[in-house]
Amino acid sequence: MKRSLRPLAATAVIFLIAYALSVAQFPGMLSTRVLGNFLTDNAFLGIAAVGMTFVIISGGIDLSVGAVIGFTGVLVAVLISWLGFHPLAAFAIALGVAALFGAAMGLTIHYLQVPSFIVTLAGMFLARGGASVITQDSVPINHEFYRTVSELIIRLPGGGRLSSIGLLMVAVFLLGALLAHRTRFGSYVYALGGNPVSALLMGVPVARTTVQIYMLSSVLAALAGIVFSLYTSAGYPLAAVGVELDAISAVVIGGTLLTGGYGFVLGTFVGVMLLGLVQTYIIFDGTLSSWWTKIVIGVLLFLFIVLQRIIFAASAPGEESPEKS
Amino acid sequence: MADGQYVLEARSVMKIFGNHVALDKVDFGLRAGEVHALLGENGAGKSTLIKILTGAYQPDGGSIHVDDAAVSLDNPLHAQTFGIGTVYQEVNLLPNRSVAENLFLGHQPLRFGFVNFRKMEADARTLLANYDLHIDPASELGMHSVAVQQIVAIARAVQLSGKVLILDEPTASLDRNEVERLFEVVRGLKARGLAIIFITHFLDQVFAISDRVTVLRNGRLIDTRPLDALSRTDVVRLMLGKDIAFSGATDVEPSETPDEVLLEFKGFGRKRSVAPFDLTIHKGEVVGVAGLLGSGRTEVARIMFGADPADQGTVSINGKPTAIRRTTDAIKHGFGFCPEDRKAEGILGDLSVRENIVIALQGKLGWFKALNRDEQLEIAGKFGEAMDIRAASLDMPVKLLSGGNQQKVILSRWLATDPAFLILDEPTRGIDVGAHAEIVRTINRLRDEGMAMLVISSELDEVVAYSSRIVVMRDREMVAELRGKNINPGVIVQAIANHSDEAVA
Ligand SMILES: Nc1ncnc2c1ncn2[C@@H]1O[C@H](COP(=O)(O)OP(=O)(O)OP(=O)(O)O)[C@@H](O)[C@H]1O
Ligand SMILES: [Mg+2]
Repeated sequence: MKRSLRPLAATAVIFLIAYALSVAQFPGMLSTRVLGNFLTDNAFLGIAAVGMTFVIISGGIDLSVGAVIGFTGVLVAVLISWLGFHPLAAFAIALGVAALFGAAMGLTIHYLQVPSFIVTLAGMFLARGGASVITQDSVPINHEFYRTVSELIIRLPGGGRLSSIGLLMVAVFLLGALLAHRTRFGSYVYALGGNPVSALLMGVPVARTTVQIYMLSSVLAALAGIVFSLYTSAGYPLAAVGVELDAISAVVIGGTLLTGGYGFVLGTFVGVMLLGLVQTYIIFDGTLSSWWTKIVIGVLLFLFIVLQRIIFAASAPGEESPEKS
Repeated sequence: MADGQYVLEARSVMKIFGNHVALDKVDFGLRAGEVHALLGENGAGKSTLIKILTGAYQPDGGSIHVDDAAVSLDNPLHAQTFGIGTVYQEVNLLPNRSVAENLFLGHQPLRFGFVNFRKMEADARTLLANYDLHIDPASELGMHSVAVQQIVAIARAVQLSGKVLILDEPTASLDRNEVERLFEVVRGLKARGLAIIFITHFLDQVFAISDRVTVLRNGRLIDTRPLDALSRTDVVRLMLGKDIAFSGATDVEPSETPDEVLLEFKGFGRKRSVAPFDLTIHKGEVVGVAGLLGSGRTEVARIMFGADPADQGTVSINGKPTAIRRTTDAIKHGFGFCPEDRKAEGILGDLSVRENIVIALQGKLGWFKALNRDEQLEIAGKFGEAMDIRAASLDMPVKLLSGGNQQKVILSRWLATDPAFLILDEPTRGIDVGAHAEIVRTINRLRDEGMAMLVISSELDEVVAYSSRIVVMRDREMVAELRGKNINPGVIVQAIANHSDEAVA
């Protein structure tokens, strides 16, 4: 097996074992209802994590994701509830704003050569601050469209429901995987993460790719914000605080190397599901404090970072003798 | 000048880094169907000129012309659209991606907008077959040896070059056969009318394949001339501005009274790496290691230094049995190791030249006896001068030095620690002829001062110039040990080629 696939395989195996153990303890967890809720409850996190996967593979980090989700929620709520926009128009505006926002971060990172975590940290304060300037309070959304969307569900046998936002997340993952693994843009993202100097000399359009990566991340964060607003029917400036860290965790647990260059979009999906499983388990248990989620995630993260180090150090490049004839 | 004769041309280009003029009004013209050697000492500005001709750097003056039309090349991708393919000196491609992707990145065959992997890998296989390289195109590039990676880089550049192929020291890590194969490919391209720029420090290779030479010195154009009117000495004189004596085999009289034994390896080896060998190394002795690339030369050095610890056999130092399990053990016993792949293993790019030189010495002294800045400057200055390191200042980041000068810095680093036993793997790779002679002299001087050394080199003329003894490697085995009058290139070649171990004693 390719060594870059090994952490992903490990995640998948851990997920299956953990799920089996949970089911053994709480048979109720093996139901379409739980599985359907898995997708719905984690939809916004999953969508944001897809963008984060691209950023991390390219060797960067995006700390503004949670703030962009919060900002988008407020923007959409204000446009709909205060200014009377149709939700679809509000969504389009929010996505456009996010695209500009991401482009600005990408441009700064590339042309001013500022590390991405500083630029996106500034972006985080900007977006969070911007949302709070618009309003301090939660803005409820009461619109026909929201009700229609929330009723758009596929009923599964066994009482489960596949919501539209859950399906949207799955679609985003599939498109993301296609983009990462099957297009030239995807190969450029990996190239940047592998060696940015080589990438430039090999003719990778570094500036354009960097800008596109951060645009993609911000647009997906905005999409996650829209999903979040559909999920909660409100916009709140302090929503989704720290979601960027959950997204980063999901990406790393899903087998993407934090130093860039290696990773899989679908790995992130498994990562998100594993985080969802931990949460669901704790809810089912009922006695554990929700802080246990954080502890388990912390342990998992640590485990995976160690695992990746071992795998990548054990098969250091140049071990194999040249196979020439 | 007659118009229309150049496919790619630089007209009085300038490049200034800070206050260092790297290129000073250089004119350079490349004709279709020629191999044009670009020569000069380390730091002369060769790579800088290449980067300007391919859009990786922007000139500070002058202009670039493609087929007589002035162009401004924004980036390497833009240069590729003009059919200019390049192997850069320092490029390592992308070790994290597949071989096929490295070959076709940016030009992957598409189907409905998506990369067609099946076709890309098939194309890669055909392409590499031209170089006799039969590897899985889907395998990760970083898993292959440096030589294989170098061939992949060349194959990529050739395949991108519709009009111009630029090779900046492409042969640094190739063995003879691979070089010959590269030359065949180059000759084929030349016959098809491609223009080729070839940079190297191996004069033999220059004469083997080039039609014209352009020589740079200190960022200035010295001359462009047809090669057939020039001799080796002429070329060297153009490069250095002075003559140097080619040192033949220096008279290393086989010391009748062998000095004190420093190291004794017995049955030393490592499975799947080097077959067990016996070797005794005396103080004040240089043991040369000859053999083809991949014969296990570097592996010998690595197990001696504990980089890949031996799993069998023993070593004693000054008669005392010792174990070398990691590199820190080796360093504690006064070993120094200057690796072959200095790009990847040696250079701390963002640190200054000074820091790069003193770092190993500082490590040896321990952090409580910190060298102050003046002491550091003195040491760095001493080696900078001895090795002729061309840097605007000792405080500049080492990544800004030319490739050859970076190598001199690493060499200085280990020399500065004044080791009891120094291992040098290809110490003259990528180093210009002038500094070449200087390194050979340095090795001789250190030997006379009593240092023991193991020097790995593919340059037979050079090994014979400083070795007191030569061991020959073949197929990961030490197959011969040459002394005295047997130390000459003819015997070495024979020993490398022989299939049985008779011949040499
Ligand atoms: N980015 C940079 N910033 C500052 N100085 C630089 C930079 N790049 C190159 N230089 C300087 O320009 C000079 C020419 O370097 P260049 O790499 O062109 O030499 P070269 O002829 O290719 O030498 P070599 O044979 O060692 O590869 C050197 O003195 C080097 O220190
Ligand atoms: Mg160079």
